[in-house]
Amino acid sequence: MNDLVWIFVSALLINNFVLAYFLGLCPFLGVSGRLETSFRLGLATIFVMLITALCAWFLNTYVLIHAPYLRLISFIVVIASTVQFIEMLIKKLSPTLFKALGIFLPLITTNCAILGLAIFSTNKGYGLAQGMIYALGAGLGFTLALVLMAGLREESETAPVPRLMRGTAINLIIAGILSMAFMGFAGLFSAA
Amino acid sequence: MPKQADAYQEFIKGLWRDNPVFVQVLGMCPMLAVTNSAINALAMGGATFFVLVASSILVSSLKQWIPKQVRISTYIIIIATFVTVTDFTLEALVPEIHKELGAFIPLIVANCMILGRQEAFASRNSVRMAVVDALGMASGFLFALFALGSVREILGEGKFFGVDLFGPSYEPWVIMILPPGGFLTLGLLLLFFSWVRERKEKLAERLAETEGELS
Repeated sequence: MNDLVWIFVSALLINNFVLAYFLGLCPFLGVSGRLETSFRLGLATIFVMLITALCAWFLNTYVLIHAPYLRLISFIVVIASTVQFIEMLIKKLSPTLFKALGIFLPLITTNCAILGLAIFSTNKGYGLAQGMIYALGAGLGFTLALVLMAGLREESETAPVPRLMRGTAINLIIAGILSMAFMGFAGLFSAA
Repeated sequence: MPKQADAYQEFIKGLWRDNPVFVQVLGMCPMLAVTNSAINALAMGGATFFVLVASSILVSSLKQWIPKQVRISTYIIIIATFVTVTDFTLEALVPEIHKELGAFIPLIVANCMILGRQEAFASRNSVRMAVVDALGMASGFLFALFALGSVREILGEGKFFGVDLFGPSYEPWVIMILPPGGFLTLGLLLLFFSWVRERKEKLAERLAETEGELS
């Protein structure tokens, strides 16, 4: 039990996917303009990450012990098609949910955070429960970073930023400072 | 020879004017994490270089046979194949570097720059032009990674390719080799490049003005 809590906190704060591993930077810089949109993108990512963890565990246990060189290709193909399938399922079953998450799902599938999650949890040798908790922590961490960034960006739009620095340059520097703040959580290691 | 000039233009386009990192800001996911030293940056750049060039050759030569509806998935599978090849090759040849880059070699697949080049260029042009375009873009990417890695290693460790630069009295900026340093360095480099571009544009404007006055 302690182990699972530890995995969760580590993925959520200490090894935050965006701010420590630089995964999922494209949506992080592209979509984080509005608070509302980034929150919904975050939710959709958590959802896809949970599916990914399930797929990755299944593939690792049943398929990849026979053909390890297929790892990358099978991860991509299986994750993408499962997400597509579930997208169709949601569309049929719950149009409201589809409206909230739908447009983001195809975008997320090719996101490096998703593939990164599958590869990291394989490398760490996580089982099903550990993998799911890891996915939940990573997804929540991604959402947290995205929402924090969106809030900061909404502020910085009205701030007197030098003209040359506007756009990606200032966003990266904000992300750098945010990442520095998150490094403080590494102190949890010595506390535990 | 207009043909050669074209090819040269395509090459230079990727290396400088449309540099994938500094101008288009693509392919950041795998690059920031591994550029904490010049050698890691070179290895990552080299791996991406191979994958981009090889998949551009394959995609542009297969373009008649790839159905429009499934083209993206086809590109991804082609890219993933070459990434797997690269991953195993690096593991066999340079195990230490492979260990340091770790999970980020497989993540080359998710580099939007590579897929972008297949979709925007290789699928519509001859094999020759696709190779030139891929070489240009890949060199641009390699150059950007190397610039980032060098800055971070020199400031963060006071070393360049493991050689001590400033002697023992130098206090390294440890933050530069940690994650925040990656964001900050890239942000500042982007700032530098847009400054250079603006100066060039202003210069061109002034030149055009003086020429207008002269005639």
